[in-house]
Amino acid sequence: MVTTTFEEKITTPRFNVDEIPHIVVHAEVCQDCSVRACVYVCPANLFVPLDDGGILFNYEECFECGTCYIACNQEGAIEWSYPRGGYGVTFREA
Amino acid sequence: MTLFSRESARRLFQNVAQMVGTNGTNGTNGTAATTDTTVAPARKNTTLRTANPEQFDVIVVGAGPAGSAAALVAARAGLKVLLLERGEYPGSKNVSGAALYGSAILDELIPKWWEHAPVERYISRRMLSFMSPETSVSLDFRSTNYAQPPYNGFSVLRPKFDRWFAAQAEAAGAFLLNAAVVDDVLWKDDRVIGVRVRRDAGDVCGNVVIACDGANSFLAKKAGMQREFHSHEMSLGVKEVIGLDEQTVRERFHLQGDEGMAVEYLGAITEQVHGGAFLYTNRDSLSLGVIGQISSFVAQKQRPYELLELFKAHPAVAPLVRGGKLREYSAHIIPEAGWEMLPRLYTDGMLVAGDAAAFCFAVGLYLEGINYAIQSGLAAGEAAVAAHRDKDFSAYSLARYKDQLNKRHVLTDFKRYRHTPGFINDARLQNFYPEVVAHGAERLFRVDGTAKKKLLPIAWETMRHFQIKPGQLLKDLYHAGRSFGW
Repeated sequence: MVTTTFEEKITTPRFNVDEIPHIVVHAEVCQDCSVRACVYVCPANLFVPLDDGGILFNYEECFECGTCYIACNQEGAIEWSYPRGGYGVTFREA
Repeated sequence: MTLFSRESARRLFQNVAQMVGTNGTNGTNGTAATTDTTVAPARKNTTLRTANPEQFDVIVVGAGPAGSAAALVAARAGLKVLLLERGEYPGSKNVSGAALYGSAILDELIPKWWEHAPVERYISRRMLSFMSPETSVSLDFRSTNYAQPPYNGFSVLRPKFDRWFAAQAEAAGAFLLNAAVVDDVLWKDDRVIGVRVRRDAGDVCGNVVIACDGANSFLAKKAGMQREFHSHEMSLGVKEVIGLDEQTVRERFHLQGDEGMAVEYLGAITEQVHGGAFLYTNRDSLSLGVIGQISSFVAQKQRPYELLELFKAHPAVAPLVRGGKLREYSAHIIPEAGWEMLPRLYTDGMLVAGDAAAFCFAVGLYLEGINYAIQSGLAAGEAAVAAHRDKDFSAYSLARYKDQLNKRHVLTDFKRYRHTPGFINDARLQNFYPEVVAHGAERLFRVDGTAKKKLLPIAWETMRHFQIKPGQLLKDLYHAGRSFGW
């Protein structure tokens, strides 16, 4: 069996990171959320719950799949767009 | 700073008539498959900002299978076509299984396409596996008829295949622009007249805009043609490409030469998440992954990549991937609700095709997307060509897209299977019954000195073991019949 850790997985695609984040999480809205859907569903594990009720988010290794904003049940928590052309994830085999 | 180099601009835009705004009539929008009132109306307040914008006949947004098919058809008819891709090359952001069924469709477009395209293996063996945690029951289908040109399907790697397909559109005369993300459609007098690319002076005009911008389809939403999606309508697929040497792939799956195999798994493989799993053989690698309804990942608090590891560890799967090396991990969403989530397909100056139009056929027996993407792209391209013949780009004229979609069996297939996604995207169907079948089979084949029983008593015991209510079973059988039988 080929067991791989998440850390090993996430090193395989190439990421051309833009300095402008394409997704913005308004953590103050997350304070009212008890579901924390984003934390579980993100295939790139980009959402980290904080002790103060907020969410720590990093856009850099994003697959641009859209799962987080579809799963999110807090209006206005996630501002979602694609990265600038040519930036973001690049798959070579996928 | 302008969008195009001077040379390409000269080559492409000589003597382009400014047709926009002279021929369109204010027709009604295309009717959606379902009249969903939650579609946000387009604000239509994005108007042209760039002075002297480039003018095209057709602008295709997204160079996936739908976009490249549309661009190819339009370019072959002599139209000036702009094909926009947000990745650094076509396919660089695209993920699917990937099995490309319907080889014959491409064969009509590009004869013997498989001799030129980067394909992995032709699929002549298909397997459907029902799993319990310890057991699997499989339907194993193999046909040498699928091993003859034009073949039935191929396994492909999307970054390679999509790049090749877009190059065919380019060869036909379409202008491909990579690294161009489209943020909005442009409006004039209630009609779509172009798109806004995120860069300086990024507005471009086209008589017909074809949105092939993928499952999220922001363009269709901006144009008021698609509603927001619910998390039970969308599935998330996570996938790995695992490298093995060519000989091992052949021996492990009993394949000869370029022969390949596609396996779909249902049952305990996805734990309590509604979904399934897949495994396709490539030349010297395997593509495998799990697919689950987004809402049920949330309900189960299941991390998708951990589910992928559980799948790989299943006793029926582990021996298949043994000794392999991870080449790439990826993820993508899949519109799985079929007919229920189809958008308005045409409006004044704009069409929607491919995943953007939710043309993904995920109905249990079938897991097909690329073929419908290509068919809908071709239909959109044909509708755009016909609209140029009439010099009429109104919704009334572009309604031909719907006729072409019917002729190409896209809408008819989705309509025929309209009850199926709602029925099968459910825990009972995707997780429970497959496990029941696997369990029943184990009972059937067990020899342990106890009396042999006939099928009905075994079925009855299995039903009691799983506490299946006869009423529910009858109801499910009726729905199964309605979904797949008649």
